Amino acid sequence: MLKNGERIVITGVGLAAPNGNSLPEFRDNLLNKRARIENITLRYVGEVHAGVCHFDPLKYQNKRDVRTGTRAGSIAIFCANDAFADAGLSVTDGNRSRTGVYVGITEHGNVETENEIFNISQFKYDVKYWNHYHNPRTVANNPAGEVTVNMGITGPHYCLGAACAAGNAGIIQGVQQLLLGEVDTALAGGVSESIHTFGIFASFKSQGALALHSDPNKASRPFDKDRTGIVVSEGGCIYVLERLSDAKRRGAKIYAEIAGYAMNSDGTHFVLPNPERQAECMQKAIISAGILPEDIDLVNTHATGTKAGDIQECEALRKVFGTASKFPYINNTKGFIGHAMGAAGTLELAGNLPAFADNLLHPCMNIDSIDPECEMPNILLETVNPRAGVKYILNNSFGMLGINSVLIVKKFAD
Amino acid sequence: MTREDISKAIISIINDILPEGDCSEVDPEKKLRDQLELDSMDFLDIVMELRKKYGIEVPEADYPQLATLNSCINYLEPRMKSI
Repeated sequence: MLKNGERIVITGVGLAAPNGNSLPEFRDNLLNKRARIENITLRYVGEVHAGVCHFDPLKYQNKRDVRTGTRAGSIAIFCANDAFADAGLSVTDGNRSRTGVYVGITEHGNVETENEIFNISQFKYDVKYWNHYHNPRTVANNPAGEVTVNMGITGPHYCLGAACAAGNAGIIQGVQQLLLGEVDTALAGGVSESIHTFGIFASFKSQGALALHSDPNKASRPFDKDRTGIVVSEGGCIYVLERLSDAKRRGAKIYAEIAGYAMNSDGTHFVLPNPERQAECMQKAIISAGILPEDIDLVNTHATGTKAGDIQECEALRKVFGTASKFPYINNTKGFIGHAMGAAGTLELAGNLPAFADNLLHPCMNIDSIDPECEMPNILLETVNPRAGVKYILNNSFGMLGINSVLIVKKFAD
Repeated sequence: MTREDISKAIISIINDILPEGDCSEVDPEKKLRDQLELDSMDFLDIVMELRKKYGIEVPEADYPQLATLNSCINYLEPRMKSI
């Protein structure tokens, strides 16, 4: 139960991940340790590892809308339509103005701007060749707005710029708007098109934070002692969120209940994380859920595979759970799909949601030899079936400029 | 370019811009917008493609001359015949 006594539940999931275009496919690949990272060639940067999605954009868009819109828009449209269908909903005159779209993004507009600059470079930088779609493509509400245009939704829409904490931030925003009574249905989550911008890769490379491995499927390896950095991925995951009373009235399938959440800021550095603030964010989320650290069964870590970041998150986890009577299981999704940026938190939560039904916890990927500084109890190296069941999952997502987001979901019980 | 070449070029550009389908079967004497799902933004794209592919500038005052397939060809023929 959240602050005003209202209960918010997840009733639909739509996703696009490098290793799956639906929740069952994604989940199966996580449980069976199937990563999917490829090598792509980017303008100026050359060959890099990346997580690439292979969904069919024409499932919900015509070719003009794909051409004139953005990749983030196509991902959001695919996920939102699939989520609505999964929830057994369709857009009608009865619900179109009471549905809100809240999409977390790490960044938006880099891809489109880089492409236009490259385009005019072919014409001696004459701006008369600059595309008139540049503005609608690059406004900060683009992916959420494309969803409303595509689906005919007339309720509020906007994006939440929250670096790599954005996926959780999108979900939290949807929850809050439902609690405020602003909407009856929220399409909430996050998307990323970042593999199409050379600037993200070049910046990580300059920072010494870009992963490199002879086998792309082994490049993303959080907590492993031989990790070399981040694999950037595209992807998206959007949920249908509803108040429990509405979901029950229409007999909706319920994946999970939102138990609690928190967001805070490090207030210390552009890039370097702050474990104290990360721990504080987890503690606030646990308090908001009205539970104790030992009630958490699983933590899905943010761990991106950078040397310092993984160690600092482990330090935060020890602060929160080190004195609890039970240390939670720990897993991570980025070893499978890389870092899906604005979609990371929301995709990573999706990969764990089925645990409430199948009672399985998926493992980490590519931990061949754990970094002693990341050593913790219960790091999942293989799929397990915990005897005590799975009731609470805590999902961490942290981002640059010191933005932290923590979401706790619980097994639904009436 | 011959009239046939110009016709093929404009059909290729429009086909890339259309939301769906193929414009080669349209009545060349009837307005494109009455036969195809094209909006004003799509016409800007047609103008841009002519500029990028063939270096042809179509001033806004001349946009009505792109209304039908035949009027497009008539308008473009003197501008493209030397290409």
